[in-house]
Amino acid sequence: MKEITASMAGTVLNVFVSAGDQVNAGQEVLMLESMKMEIPIESESAGTIQELKVNIGDFVNEGDVLIVLE
Amino acid sequence: MRKILIANRGEIALRIIKTCHEMGIETIAIYSDADKEMPFVKAATKAVYVGEPPVNKSYLQADKILEIAKSEKVDAIHPGYGFLSENAKFAEQAIKEGIIFIGPKSKTIELMGDKIVSRKTMEKAGVPVVPGSSLGLKTVEEACKLADEIGYPIMLKASGGGGGIGMVMCENEQALIRSYDSTKSRAMAYFGSEDVFIEKYIAESRHVEIQVFGDQTGNIVHLFERDCSIQRRHQKVVEESPSPFLSDEVRNKMFETAVKAARAVDYVNAGTIEFIVDEKENFYFLEMNTRLQVEHPVTEMITGLDLVKWQILVARGETLPLMQNEINSSGNAIEFRLYAEDPVRFLPSPGKITTLNWNQTESVRIDSGYEEGGTVTPFYDPMIAKCIFHGETRHAALASAENFFKNLQIEGIKTNAPLFLNILANKDFQNGSYTTAFLTKKLVK
Repeated sequence: MKEITASMAGTVLNVFVSAGDQVNAGQEVLMLESMKMEIPIESESAGTIQELKVNIGDFVNEGDVLIVLE
Repeated sequence: MRKILIANRGEIALRIIKTCHEMGIETIAIYSDADKEMPFVKAATKAVYVGEPPVNKSYLQADKILEIAKSEKVDAIHPGYGFLSENAKFAEQAIKEGIIFIGPKSKTIELMGDKIVSRKTMEKAGVPVVPGSSLGLKTVEEACKLADEIGYPIMLKASGGGGGIGMVMCENEQALIRSYDSTKSRAMAYFGSEDVFIEKYIAESRHVEIQVFGDQTGNIVHLFERDCSIQRRHQKVVEESPSPFLSDEVRNKMFETAVKAARAVDYVNAGTIEFIVDEKENFYFLEMNTRLQVEHPVTEMITGLDLVKWQILVARGETLPLMQNEINSSGNAIEFRLYAEDPVRFLPSPGKITTLNWNQTESVRIDSGYEEGGTVTPFYDPMIAKCIFHGETRHAALASAENFFKNLQIEGIKTNAPLFLNILANKDFQNGSYTTAFLTKKLVK
């Protein structure tokens, strides 16, 4: 099991994947907004999305788990 | 005018408070949970809590801010820049409550906020606009057809957009098709309108803007130009005046055009007409900012005027303190926007400022929102301070800037100060031969 974590504190602006989706390494899975800037979050490895830990509009801190991969 | 509420935060709130207090006017600051310890909160005559940190729960809460304004019995609201400064409804509501909105009339804000309508208004007034659509685009097919006529590359833009958000450059039809839907939905999410339009992309361009000022009796003056071509992600990083590139002939033509544009909309208070200038010095209207600009200190340094004071005087019905032939520009001024961000990748870097030592050896104006020990939170714009240098010559102003940034000590967060030293060491920058592509093409490889 792998986790995708927030690279910085910010608000979840958009989630591009749903549970069950296959993702590739380097694929954009989520968009954070921090300090008026869009910060794309990529999956570091390939896998299947097991669980989305956040919703659009949630505030996350650096290191928080955003998505769990199988 | 005895009491003004400042509907903003950080350095600009502090900047406005300073002038108000010099004029003997009391100030009401508003602050979110994240800003409790900020210098502007302490500097105001009184500070009132507005809400939780996210902007839509604090500084964008128009109704709540108006409630505070009423219960504090303020005479006027100064919106600063960003947040509610270009929100026509907010301006109108304030006026309905009998509170002066320090800015232009709400219908001017509305007109200029719609980029498609403002393009049309300017065209009618005889102001050159970038070749592009004069109506909102209905379909992607329509966009492709028009783009074919204009010729690629083109810029696809949100009609309600601004500040670099909601625009994308398209090199060809595939790129336009790919970006069309996402730009539309982004426009809806950010600006509440999904109208998009296209404009010809002008390569090797410069971004030069003219400061204008109007009063309620119909006087309109310009306060010279600011060259803001040093940008990243369509957001300004360095601004200077005079522009090192423009010929006097074109410069004067731009002043005349800007005044004509302002007159066409009966402009009142401080405003800025942004132009894009191509290699051959052809210039085109880009947009008008109906508020005080971030970079207004550049104009203050070359003219010796206080633009916030002018705003307040005009808002209380006085005529402009000086007419065109009494306004002079002296020397060169340049502003650097110090951001809490990684200087290479331009990603934000929030955190606690453990050390902040300006080590001021040069004559520099520092408009800072923070002090040592303060925390830059992820909720707002990453700008920490503006550092503005003035010299008899451009060379002297650049030399001051270089000395200043070499001695500046900031720890705890990353800043773009190292980027400034790279810019200042660059021959093309020193010669004044730079375009909006400078940061991405020249300095970032």
